[in-house]
Amino acid sequence: MNADGAQIVVCPQGPLIVRGDFEILDAEGNAVPTSRETVALCRCGSSAIKPFCDGTHKLKKFEMPRG
Amino acid sequence: MELPEDRGRISESLFEVLRTYDADVDLSGLEHDAFEVLDSEDILYSEDIQILLFALYELHYRGFDRVDARWEWNPSLLGLRAKIEERFEARLRQIAGDVSFSLGSAQDTARQLFALASADGGPSVSNYISRHATIEQTREFLMHKSIYQLKEADPHSWAIPRLTGRGKSALMEIQFDEYGAGRPGAMHSELFEITMRGLGLDSEFGAYIESLPAITLASVNMMSFFGLHRRLRGSIAGHLAIYEMTSSIPNARYARGFRRLGFDSPVTDYFDEHVEADAVHEQIAGRDLAGGLIEQDPSIAEAVFFGAQAACAIDALVGTHQLEAWGRGDSSLRQPKVKVQG
Repeated sequence: MNADGAQIVVCPQGPLIVRGDFEILDAEGNAVPTSRETVALCRCGSSAIKPFCDGTHKLKKFEMPRG
Repeated sequence: MELPEDRGRISESLFEVLRTYDADVDLSGLEHDAFEVLDSEDILYSEDIQILLFALYELHYRGFDRVDARWEWNPSLLGLRAKIEERFEARLRQIAGDVSFSLGSAQDTARQLFALASADGGPSVSNYISRHATIEQTREFLMHKSIYQLKEADPHSWAIPRLTGRGKSALMEIQFDEYGAGRPGAMHSELFEITMRGLGLDSEFGAYIESLPAITLASVNMMSFFGLHRRLRGSIAGHLAIYEMTSSIPNARYARGFRRLGFDSPVTDYFDEHVEADAVHEQIAGRDLAGGLIEQDPSIAEAVFFGAQAACAIDALVGTHQLEAWGRGDSSLRQPKVKVQG
């Protein structure tokens, strides 16, 4: 990982894991508070704690492979 | 904590021995008696043996008041534990069933563990807490959980010096978060203390040990067993992966249950924190920890999936015990005394 940057892991059928040096802002430019250094961002749209993941994608069968 | 009360002749003999340090203690008679008990009782439900195992493991964590710390490495005591652990492991392998997995990339391992967690047909204590539990039942639920949650993450920390590379980095990332990321008061075990006190419960570790049935003790003894054996470092990693993967959604339900009963922050902080934290941890534990270990050394895969399957199996037994008792209108505790403060 780039020591000065952030790393984003795209989890298959799951969230984006973000670690490193980053800041999350809302649409108004205000910082979204978080107490942890590595976060999981919702990618399925169903989380009750957006922008963070709450594991709900596992119930929704988010991005299941076709066929 | 104090040594717990004995639960039969084996634990009675051992606890008597522990009160006075004797480097050359002869435990052969006690060992013989223990095997007599184990020949007639299911070790997972043996009150006498599980409280004894709990005490033997606790010597490696924080010990007991008035029990000499040298007992931790006493050869006779370790020998007794090893003999009992052979039976314990054999029984755990029975309930876990045949270990099934296919070797592949770290992502393949994560996918199989997620599938195992989602296929877990265990009874849903979280649904019950969310919708139906009374305040007394939620107190019982916290008391059962307390014997692990008040030292949350500790059994998995035993694995740290036994790992290298990607798996070790992953475990450290999870544990750093479990221990509050260096912020005093923010360890998950400390958040659990706040929840307990919010329901009028004593948050001291071991305060409710006498109330907890053998099967609850067996579930934490299993973690200590996995954690303390380097041979089973894969199993404690698999256990952690399953714990993280079966956490976010149940914790959201627990939070709803506690709010239904009129509680809110800070009592619910423990559960709310776990919804967000474990959605992160489950990804890291599945792919980087368990998957990373297997990528590094495929021979560890059997241990990883054994730990994962055993975690599912024993937690189903604990959940069944609680829900069956509540379904009958009974207490799920061994001694249904709820010590409420204030």
